Amino acid sequence: MHELSVVESLLTVALENGEKAQATRILKIYVVVGDLSGVVDESVDFYFKFLSEKTIAAGASIIFMHKPTRLRCRACNAVFSPEGLNFHCPHCKEQQVDIIGGRELYVDRLEVE
Amino acid sequence: MSVKVLTIKEDILSANDGKARSNRESVDKHAILMVNITSSPGSGKTSLIMQTINWARGKARLAVIEGDIASSIDADKVSEQGIPAIQINTEGACHLDANMIKKALDSLDLDQTDLILIENVGNLICTAEFALGAHKQVMLLSVPEGDDKPCKYPLMFSGADVILVNKIDVLPYFDFDMSTFSRTVSGLNPAGLVFPVSAKTGEGLEQWFSWLEEALDRKSGGA
Repeated sequence: MHELSVVESLLTVALENGEKAQATRILKIYVVVGDLSGVVDESVDFYFKFLSEKTIAAGASIIFMHKPTRLRCRACNAVFSPEGLNFHCPHCKEQQVDIIGGRELYVDRLEVE
Repeated sequence: MSVKVLTIKEDILSANDGKARSNRESVDKHAILMVNITSSPGSGKTSLIMQTINWARGKARLAVIEGDIASSIDADKVSEQGIPAIQINTEGACHLDANMIKKALDSLDLDQTDLILIENVGNLICTAEFALGAHKQVMLLSVPEGDDKPCKYPLMFSGADVILVNKIDVLPYFDFDMSTFSRTVSGLNPAGLVFPVSAKTGEGLEQWFSWLEEALDRKSGGA
């Protein structure tokens, strides 16, 4: 839901790193997105097209690498991905969990020339 | 020209996180307690803040930062009480970010402030992603929203220090099961405190006020 701010920051990260490496064009941006981050691919693409105009990232494609929500059961230590809104541990049925994955939101790598 | 791969592994929100840290340093310098209040639209954030203003009179010098999508209705209500209020209009954005808070802090007299309440934009998803530099995260959920919300918004519930369940005066009319709710919250966030309150009638608010008082004492004690 907050893709405009996300894309502004994503573009800054990509441009700073691209320019540091003296790239003349950024071709691909690989982004890791956790399912809990609330980021929608289509909206990112939409804003990116406008914001990247007249930069070395214009025309670049964004490759989304999704990470599922991962929970660790505090009762039995099992690690699992919840189904929908059911946060109960599939092993011991308790619902005492730490969120250990799914919040990721980072630029993993760039393909440049 | 040859294609190169650059490994980056840089958090997209790291710039915001850096600004949030610097906000924290600014308020720490003045021994101010800064609290970020989040909720859905219409859960009663402004009513809670109005009650807290009354409580704080003579106890703590309060300032309020109001995040709103477009209007200044909430900030006007706070200003009428003689409390410094900074309105941030996000112009459609769904959350406050650290840079907006920095600007608000710049226009407050921090030497004359003990407590800053931030009323974030009504939204339980985006506001969880953007650190502001606040010491405490407080979220407000109202009875009509239902007791099933913790697993819908796990980031928000797992990161809150206090969860206020507002509008308990209408509990008899809704299927909100407080014990199911508390159990789900403690499953996600064992340290999170749940206070059932009514910002309208004042019921239960003493728990919120004493928590706030304790947090303020700890802050002015230098901890």
